[in-house]
Amino acid sequence: MRNAFVSELEKIAAINEKLVLLTGDLGFTLFENFQKNFPERFFNIGVAESNMMGIASGLGLSGFTPVVYSIATFASMRGYEQIRDDIAYHNSNVKIVGAGAGLSYGHAGFTHHALEDIALMRVIPPLTVVCPADPFAAKILLREILKYPRPVYFRLGKKGEPALYENSQKFTIGKGIILKEGKDIAIIATGNMVFTALSTAKLLEKKDINSTVVDMHTVKPIDKDLIIDLSKKVKLIVTIEEHFITGGLGSAVAEVLAEGEKKVRFKRIGIEDKFIDRIGSQEYLRLISKLDPESIAKTILQKI
Amino acid sequence: MKRKTDWKELSRQIRQDILNISFKAQVGHVGSAFSIVEILIALYYRVLNIAKIKKGSTLRDKFILSKGHAAPALYSILFRREIINKKTYLSYCQNGGSLEEHPTYGIKGIEAGTGSLGHGLPIGIGMALAARIQKTKNRIFVLLSDAECDEGETWEGALFAGHHHLNNLYCLLDYNKVQALGKTKEILDLEPLKSKWQSFNWRVLEVDGHNIESIIEACMSATISKPTCIICHTVRGKGVSFMEHKIDWHYLTPTKEHVEKALKELNK
Repeated sequence: MRNAFVSELEKIAAINEKLVLLTGDLGFTLFENFQKNFPERFFNIGVAESNMMGIASGLGLSGFTPVVYSIATFASMRGYEQIRDDIAYHNSNVKIVGAGAGLSYGHAGFTHHALEDIALMRVIPPLTVVCPADPFAAKILLREILKYPRPVYFRLGKKGEPALYENSQKFTIGKGIILKEGKDIAIIATGNMVFTALSTAKLLEKKDINSTVVDMHTVKPIDKDLIIDLSKKVKLIVTIEEHFITGGLGSAVAEVLAEGEKKVRFKRIGIEDKFIDRIGSQEYLRLISKLDPESIAKTILQKI
Repeated sequence: MKRKTDWKELSRQIRQDILNISFKAQVGHVGSAFSIVEILIALYYRVLNIAKIKKGSTLRDKFILSKGHAAPALYSILFRREIINKKTYLSYCQNGGSLEEHPTYGIKGIEAGTGSLGHGLPIGIGMALAARIQKTKNRIFVLLSDAECDEGETWEGALFAGHHHLNNLYCLLDYNKVQALGKTKEILDLEPLKSKWQSFNWRVLEVDGHNIESIIEACMSATISKPTCIICHTVRGKGVSFMEHKIDWHYLTPTKEHVEKALKELNK
């Protein structure tokens, strides 16, 4: 996903001379081409994220479109007040890219697990929160957010995500994509959990449960119409995210449902409200956190 | 060229304006605002290109008041220079008004909304980089309080600006040596301040922060390869004996008696 992101970024930078790239000394072997081709528009700020967010705001207020890159934890938290005050309040046209969504940096441990970034970004008024699900989505959604003159948080995975989309797929910020329709339940997932949602739906099919699967790539603004529509059609709605269950996609969907007219059963699936105290790869940590398709299918079956 | 006596009269008027709006709004920070009156006069009467600011030209010089709590001084000078109108000016801290206690972004002449300390320098650096990429000649001025040198972010910015030789960036440091709860020397000593900035690869000038001509001279002196830090030695509450150097006047809101007594002193 990161490679798709950066190759698209280079293409856009060749056309859009207002695009500048800032990194907090991260992105090993990722930005060499960009730096070579656009040396005057590439800044390695150093390991100084607060400064980086402030600088990005100043560039945005001067007519540039800064793309700021760091690991999702650092991107969303080290300069949080700068994101709020300098970028969001000023509506500075900055795109904050947080790489390594959720448990992507498995072994690296809790300092590198981005499990609250969606919640933190979502609560700041003008910030748009976008989480692409596969390399193609990362590429097309990058194009979209760069056309969108507002601050955006863009939550990237890492390398080697499976491809989900055909090259003809269209994306609109704020509009979820129905990947599969089924009459019994709806599974709404975001970012790197969309693929898991599809696998889960396949497992449920064996139990004669037909699922609608939604890629909710934009967590904010959330696609209210789609959620309300689903609430009228299915008996259970489930959200899946590689994020704490507090404050993220599940909460965003719950907010819509709670204020909707139709009562529908609902379940948030994500990382429970505690730090992961075990060590392992992303796959392993997903497994012990019950974020693998088998565990999720089991949780859903219990809820039905 | 204005004569020195004019500067003195202008400084007096601005201080009077600050007192009046602070009294009307019943808001403090008078001492911090008095500290920077001469710095702002130098900038807004000689250094910055006011016509371009009024036009909102993309080539304008930019000023960021990083020590946002001194906003009444900035508003008063923006009003005198007719960058904001009387209605806007008098709405300072009034319900439904246009100007809040800290610089309100969206108002002409306010390049950045500040108030949380330490944010101004990085934003200014971003603007200075933008000018460099676009090869424009405008300069960026950021006014920091001494206490903002407590913030790590200030030094992140200082390191970056020095490394990148941002010679279009000027940091004016209001060194009144008093912060919210006490003297900087006692709370978190900044000395040796000059060599700190120098060691971050800045050109450092030191001036009497109440001597307008010296400030102008420092701001107009160009460098080839370094950002400039102008350490302005100032007095918190300058001009009013019972406010000068006083910790209280960070927070105190002026009463009618304070205003009358202060005006008497200023008018002497």
